[in-house]
Amino acid sequence: MDLNLSDEQKLLRESAERFVAESYDADHRRKMANDPLGFSPAVWKQFAELGWLALPLPEEFGGLGGGAVDIGILMEAFGRGLVSEPYVATAVLGAALIAKCGTSEQKQASLPKVADGSLKLALAHSERAARFDLAKVTTSANKTAQGWHLSGSKVAVLDGHAADDIIVSAHIHDHRGPSGRIGLFLAQATTPGLVISDYPRLGGGRACNIELFDAHLPEDALLGDGSDALPAIEWAVDRAMAALGAEAVGIMQTLLDTTLEYTKIRKQFGRPLSANQVIRHRLADMAMQVDEARSMALRAALKADSAPIERARAASGAKAKIGRCARFVGEQSIQLHGGMGVTEELEVGGYFKRLVAFDTLFGGSAHHYARHAELGRRAVSA
Amino acid sequence: MDLSFNAEERAFQDEVRGFIAKNLTEEMKRATALTPSVFSDPDIGMAWQRALHRQGWGAPGWPVEYGGPDWTPAQRWIFETECARAGVPNVNVMGVKMVGPVIIGFGSPEQKNFYLPRILSGEDYWCQGYSEPGSGSDLSSLKTRAVRDGDDYIINGTKIWTTHAHHANRMFALVRTGDGPRQQDGISFILIDMKTPGITTRPILTIGGDHEVNQVFFDDVRVPVANRVGEEGKGWTYGKYLLEFERGSGIASAKLREGLKAIADLAESDLTGRAIDSPDIATRLSEVEVDIDALEMTELRVLSALQTGQNPGAVSSILKLRNSEIRQAVTRLGADVIGHDALAVEPMRPLYKLNHEPATPEEMLTVIPEYLNGRAYTIFGGTSEIQRDIIAKMMLGI
Repeated sequence: MDLNLSDEQKLLRESAERFVAESYDADHRRKMANDPLGFSPAVWKQFAELGWLALPLPEEFGGLGGGAVDIGILMEAFGRGLVSEPYVATAVLGAALIAKCGTSEQKQASLPKVADGSLKLALAHSERAARFDLAKVTTSANKTAQGWHLSGSKVAVLDGHAADDIIVSAHIHDHRGPSGRIGLFLAQATTPGLVISDYPRLGGGRACNIELFDAHLPEDALLGDGSDALPAIEWAVDRAMAALGAEAVGIMQTLLDTTLEYTKIRKQFGRPLSANQVIRHRLADMAMQVDEARSMALRAALKADSAPIERARAASGAKAKIGRCARFVGEQSIQLHGGMGVTEELEVGGYFKRLVAFDTLFGGSAHHYARHAELGRRAVSA
Repeated sequence: MDLSFNAEERAFQDEVRGFIAKNLTEEMKRATALTPSVFSDPDIGMAWQRALHRQGWGAPGWPVEYGGPDWTPAQRWIFETECARAGVPNVNVMGVKMVGPVIIGFGSPEQKNFYLPRILSGEDYWCQGYSEPGSGSDLSSLKTRAVRDGDDYIINGTKIWTTHAHHANRMFALVRTGDGPRQQDGISFILIDMKTPGITTRPILTIGGDHEVNQVFFDDVRVPVANRVGEEGKGWTYGKYLLEFERGSGIASAKLREGLKAIADLAESDLTGRAIDSPDIATRLSEVEVDIDALEMTELRVLSALQTGQNPGAVSSILKLRNSEIRQAVTRLGADVIGHDALAVEPMRPLYKLNHEPATPEEMLTVIPEYLNGRAYTIFGGTSEIQRDIIAKMMLGI
C-alpha cells in the first residue's frame, strides 16, 4: 500500500503544472472562449511533443503505457488552467476504445497517429432518449454487402467538431434483424450522411450533436470482431469520469485559492471578509470538499482496471461525490466574490461553468448515486 | 501507487486475523455489538486489553522501548481495520491513546516506569479531566485550581463530561496552578488517584439512556506535586498535544464501514420490511458509503505520507470532522431504516445482560440509542465549529 507519487509521476505533475502556469493564462483562456475551434492546434502539438498524447496508449503502438493515475495527474493540472484541448475525447475515450476493441491493424492505423498529434478522435455514444443509460442505443448499423449503413442521432459528443475520426456506437442489425449487440464504428468526420452540428460548450471547448442519415461505412469500420462493445464503452466512460474528476479537482483548487485570496483582500465593515467566522467556516468546508474530491478522483483512478462492478462503483461514487463537491465549491466561490462573482469580468464564473459541465457529463450526482446503489445490489446477489 | 498490500503486509494481516479469531470470544463480540455508547464497559474492554497485552500489542502507537509493537503505519492500518471488521471491544482509549503518549513525551522517568506498564496491562483505568461546566469549547478558561501546599497540590473545582469516571481509578486533568497574561498560561497537567479523599462523582445520563459520562467534584483534594507531568504552567501545551491524538488516530473508516454494513443488513432484512426497496433509502446508503470511501482514501493518503516521514499537518481536524459527521449520518440512516421499531425504548443497561425479552429484535436494540448518543460525536474532542476554526487557521492561514 503506497499512495505516494513515483519520481516519474512527480516529474509529470511538475511539467504539467509548469506548462499550465506559463502557457495557459487568463489572456489565452479569453482568446479560446471566442475561438471557433475552441482550442489551440499549437498547444495540441506541444501536448504531442511533451508525450502527453502518447501517455495513456499501449507501448507497442507508440504509447507510453501510462495508467489512470498518470492521466489524473495531468488532468488535475489541466483543470487548474481550464485547458480546453480535446484531451479526454481523443486520448482517454477514443484511443482507449480503439486500444481495447480494435484489431491490431486498426490499432496500428490509429494509435501512433494519436500519439504524434496528427489524429484527433471523438466518441459519439449518448442519445437523447437514453438520458445517461449507456446501454440504450437506438442508432442502427445495417450490414450489407458493401459494408455498414448507420442511421440515428447522437448528442453531447465531446469535441466532435475537431475530430478527424469519430467512433460511433450503433446497434448491429444483420439479415435477421437486431442482434442485441452494440458495435463501435470508426467513421471519418467527412463521411457523407454524417452531419455534425457543433456548439460552444458550457465552461469552454465545444461539443456537438451528430445526425447519421444512412451514412455508409466500409466493412472494416467496425472495431474488432463485432462482439458486444457495451462492456468496453462502460469501461472507457468510467475511465473518462475518473479523468474528468481529477480535472474537476484542479478547477476546485483554483477556485478555492482564488476565493481565499479575495476574502483576505476584500474589506467590508472595516475588516477583511476572512475575519468573519461565517466566511472562515465556509472556506473550511470548501477546503474539506476539495480534499474529499481529490481522494475520490484518486480512488476511481486506482480502481480503473479493477473487476467491472468494483471499477464501476468507484467511478460512479467518485462522479457523484465530486459532482456534489464541485457544485458546492463552485457556487460558494461565486457567493463569496459577491456581485463581481456573477460577472464575466472575473474568471470565477468560467471555472464554475466548467464544474457545472463536469457534473452534467455522463450523468449527474443523482444518476450516479443510483447506479452505485444498483451495482451494490448486483454485487451482493452475484 | 498501489492500493493493495504487499506480501509482508498480507502476512501481518493473517497474523492479526489469527489473533482475533483465537482471542475474541462470542460474549465479547455480542457485548460490543450491543453497546450503544461510545466506549465499551471496562469488564469487556479490559478483557480485550489483557489479550492484546499478552500478544505485545497493548499499545500500537507507542515507541518500542515503552512496549509498543514497532508497527509501520500500514501495519497500524491493517490492525485497526481488522479489529473493526471483527467487532472487537474498545479498550481504555483515555489510557492507551491519550495519557500514554503524554507521559511518554513529557513525563519523568519515575512516571514512565510506574504508569506505562499499568496502562499496557489494563491494571489502571483512566478518565480525562478536561471540560468544566463553564469551560467547554473555550477549554483554557478552566477554573479548577491546584494550590501548592508543601509537596502537595490542593485541588478544588469540578470537571464534567468525564467518560467512565465511575469506572476509572485514575484521572489526568488540566488544572490551574497560576495566572498568566493569557488564559492558556498557568495550566498544569496532573495525574490524580480517583480514590483520593474529597473526590465525588455524579452520574449524567445521556439522551440515549446510557450512563457513560459524569461530573466529578474536587473538595480539598490533596495530590502530590510529583504527579504533575512536565513543567508547572505548561499543561496547555501537553493538553493540546493530547487532543491531536484524541481527534484522530487517523483510522476511523473501517469502523464506519462496519456500522453502515449493520444498517444495510437491516435494510435488506424482512425485519424492516426490506427498507432498501425504497429508492430514497438505497440512495442514502450509497451516499454514506461513498463518504466513507472518501474518508478512507484520505486516511490512506495520510498514512502514505507518514510512511515516508512527511507531516500530514492540520488534516487531523478534517479526519475528526468527517468521521463524526459520517458517523451521525450512519446512525440517522439507521433510525430511518428500522421503521416501526424506532418507537420502542429499552431503558435497561447493559443491553447485553437484559433479563427480559426486549420489544424490538436484538439487531435493532442499539439503533436509536446510537443515533441519540451519537449527537455527541460533533461535540466532544472539540466541536465541529472548533475544528472548522482550526482548518481555517492551520490549513488556509486565515
